[in-house]
Amino acid sequence: MSPTEAALDRVTRIPGVRGVLLVTGSDGLVVAEQLMDGVDGRAAAALTASLVGRLSRAAESAGLRPPAFVHVRGDTGSVLAAPAAVDLVLVAVVGPDANVGLARLEMIEAASRLD
Amino acid sequence: MRALEPWVVDPLQSFLTESSARLTLLMTTSGQVVAQHGFSRSLDVMTAAALGAGIVASTEELARLMGASRFGALVHHGVGQSCLLSAFATPRGRWIGLVVFGPETSVGIVQLFFDQMVQQLMTAAPREQAASPMLAENFESELNASLKALFGR
Repeated sequence: MSPTEAALDRVTRIPGVRGVLLVTGSDGLVVAEQLMDGVDGRAAAALTASLVGRLSRAAESAGLRPPAFVHVRGDTGSVLAAPAAVDLVLVAVVGPDANVGLARLEMIEAASRLD
Repeated sequence: MRALEPWVVDPLQSFLTESSARLTLLMTTSGQVVAQHGFSRSLDVMTAAALGAGIVASTEELARLMGASRFGALVHHGVGQSCLLSAFATPRGRWIGLVVFGPETSVGIVQLFFDQMVQQLMTAAPREQAASPMLAENFESELNASLKALFGR
C-alpha cells in the first residue's frame, strides 16, 4: 500500500467519515480519494483547497503561522482539512456523529507521514 | 461583461463572481464570439476567439487520431496567469469557453464553476430558436454587429 493510500485508509476507518481526499493546495485538484456515494469530491477538493489557501494567507498577514488543521462545522456534518507536504492538503468530509477529535489526530498524523 | 444574448448573462456573471477569472470568452466553434468579460479591445477578442477555436479544433482532431473521445478541457499553466479552454454542447450548438485566471484562484475552482456555468447555460438556453448558419455574405455585417454589442461601439 502506498503512503497516499495508507493515509486515506487510516482516516476512512474512523466512524462517521464519509470521504477522504488528498488535494493539491494550489490547484484544488484531486490526487487521491476514498468517497462514499453522494459526496462531490471535485467540489470538496477545489473549495477546501481554496479555503485553506486563503486561511493560510490570512494567518500569515496577521503574523501567524499557517493553520495546522481546519475544521468547518455545518448542521449536517463537517469538513476537516490538514495541510500536508508542500502543496498537499488532506481533506475529510464527516457526518454530524463523527468523532472529530479522533479524526483530527489521525489526519494530522497521516498528513505528517506524507511529508 | 457583455453578451450577445441576454440568457447568457446570468450564468456567465455567476461564473465570474465565483471563479475570480480575469478574462472570459464564450464563442462558437467557428470563432464567433457570444460573450466576453475583461477584454478592452475588439482586436484582442477576435484574435483570442480565432486562436481558441483553432486550438480546440486541433486538440479534437488529435483526440480523434488517438482513438479517444474529445478532451474535456485544456489547461495551460503559467507563472502569472493560466488559461483554460473547454468546448461544450449547448442547445445552440457546440460552444467554447476560454478563461484566463491568476493565482488568486485555482484551476480546480475555475473548472468547478465552469462546469456549473455550462449546466446553467443548458437550462437557460431558449429551445425554440435553432442557431442559424453563418453565411459568407453575412459574415462581415454579423461580425460588426457582434463587436458593437460586445464593446458598445
